Amino acid sequence: MNAADLHTLTGAYVLHALAPDERAEFERHLLICPACAQEVRELAATVGKLGLAVAVTPPPALKQHVLRRISAERQEPPRVPGARRGGARRGRGLSRFVLAACLAATVSFGGVAAWQHQEAREAREDARASQRQAEELASVLAAPDARVSGTKLPEGARGTVVVSQSRNKAAFLTSGLPKPPPGKVYQLWFDDGGKMRPAGLMDPAVTDNAVLMDGPVDGAAGMGLTLEPAGGSPEPTTDPLALMRFST
Amino acid sequence: MNQAVHIGGPASAGPDLQQLLGLVARGDHEAFSRVYDAVCGPVLGLVRAVLRDPAQSEEVTQEVLIEVWRTAARFQPSRGSAMTWILTLAHRRAVDRVRSAQAATDRERRAALLDQTPAYDEVTEQVEARLEREQVRRCLRGLTELQRQSVTLAYYRGLAYREVAELLAVPLGTVKTRLRDGLIRLRDCLGVSA
Repeated sequence: MNAADLHTLTGAYVLHALAPDERAEFERHLLICPACAQEVRELAATVGKLGLAVAVTPPPALKQHVLRRISAERQEPPRVPGARRGGARRGRGLSRFVLAACLAATVSFGGVAAWQHQEAREAREDARASQRQAEELASVLAAPDARVSGTKLPEGARGTVVVSQSRNKAAFLTSGLPKPPPGKVYQLWFDDGGKMRPAGLMDPAVTDNAVLMDGPVDGAAGMGLTLEPAGGSPEPTTDPLALMRFST
Repeated sequence: MNQAVHIGGPASAGPDLQQLLGLVARGDHEAFSRVYDAVCGPVLGLVRAVLRDPAQSEEVTQEVLIEVWRTAARFQPSRGSAMTWILTLAHRRAVDRVRSAQAATDRERRAALLDQTPAYDEVTEQVEARLEREQVRRCLRGLTELQRQSVTLAYYRGLAYREVAELLAVPLGTVKTRLRDGLIRLRDCLGVSA
């Protein structure tokens, strides 16, 4: 699409009416087209008026729900370029549903919101690349048959595993996990009746995390967490930091 | 016909809302409560216009407000008003929800969309909102039929422009330009500046 064509997308863009690939292309164009950015600002304010025009009186109970939920909700710092995105930084004690909603928020934080928080192109592309995984993660956490088990980890950290048999996937959540020593990484395992099957690595830079475990759950009855040399190992080389049975 | 009329209400509430969001970003629950009071009606109304289902609409509205709490520090006043930011989040959420729920089989539902007017019948008692609504209705009447249908189907029904084109049986390029022309005309009629 040439620049003149792209410019005509301002309307469809603020209405969230573009296909994802077109939206991405338009957002790249916005970075180099101040006139388009100005028009987007004006048209976004215009459609805001269309929103105000359909305002309703919300039911009083809704406010209590929201106020209750925010008291358990951690706030995000101002976004800085290059900051990690797509992970979940969570307080403890929240239901998986809240977490799923939160992840969904992270996932859907594109469109005009991305323009609102305009940043380097690479960061957005990273975010899109992680989007599918985040969606899958959210779908496990929110699955109707999700089962949760928790365990203590070293230094007061907590680990929680969420398993959905219907989706045949598991997610592992940590809070307060100490950073691994240099050159080491936390590795996840599925426990297939005593035989450990690699299930992915945890991002060493993040202490509060939610990751989708690699591979299907299949017959695994539990999972384990070990410290491995950077890059991970085909089978555990250290004693497990945690072993958990999936709740059924 | 497209005489610009100044709209009070949310525009005049703008600076306050912006200041409140600054407090919310620092974890101020009282400020959040006031933001809630200012935005929940429009957020719920907009989400309900798109989703129709009352229970789902309340669920999505909660998510939007929690997102406001979580990400208040990321609001950038230079890029638009606080209300615009929040309604943008709300519209995006509602559209995501409606598209994820949409199966190929809802062609009939979409055909029915053409007959429906936006949910203006669900009214709030707030005077400002009522003025706003009158204004928007008047300005929408100033659009061409194709502009008006394109804009309302995309905004109030959450349709992608390809779906709008299919539904109205007009070329894609036509819908793109009608969406833009229509919004520009609305902008001028509503006296929006940014």
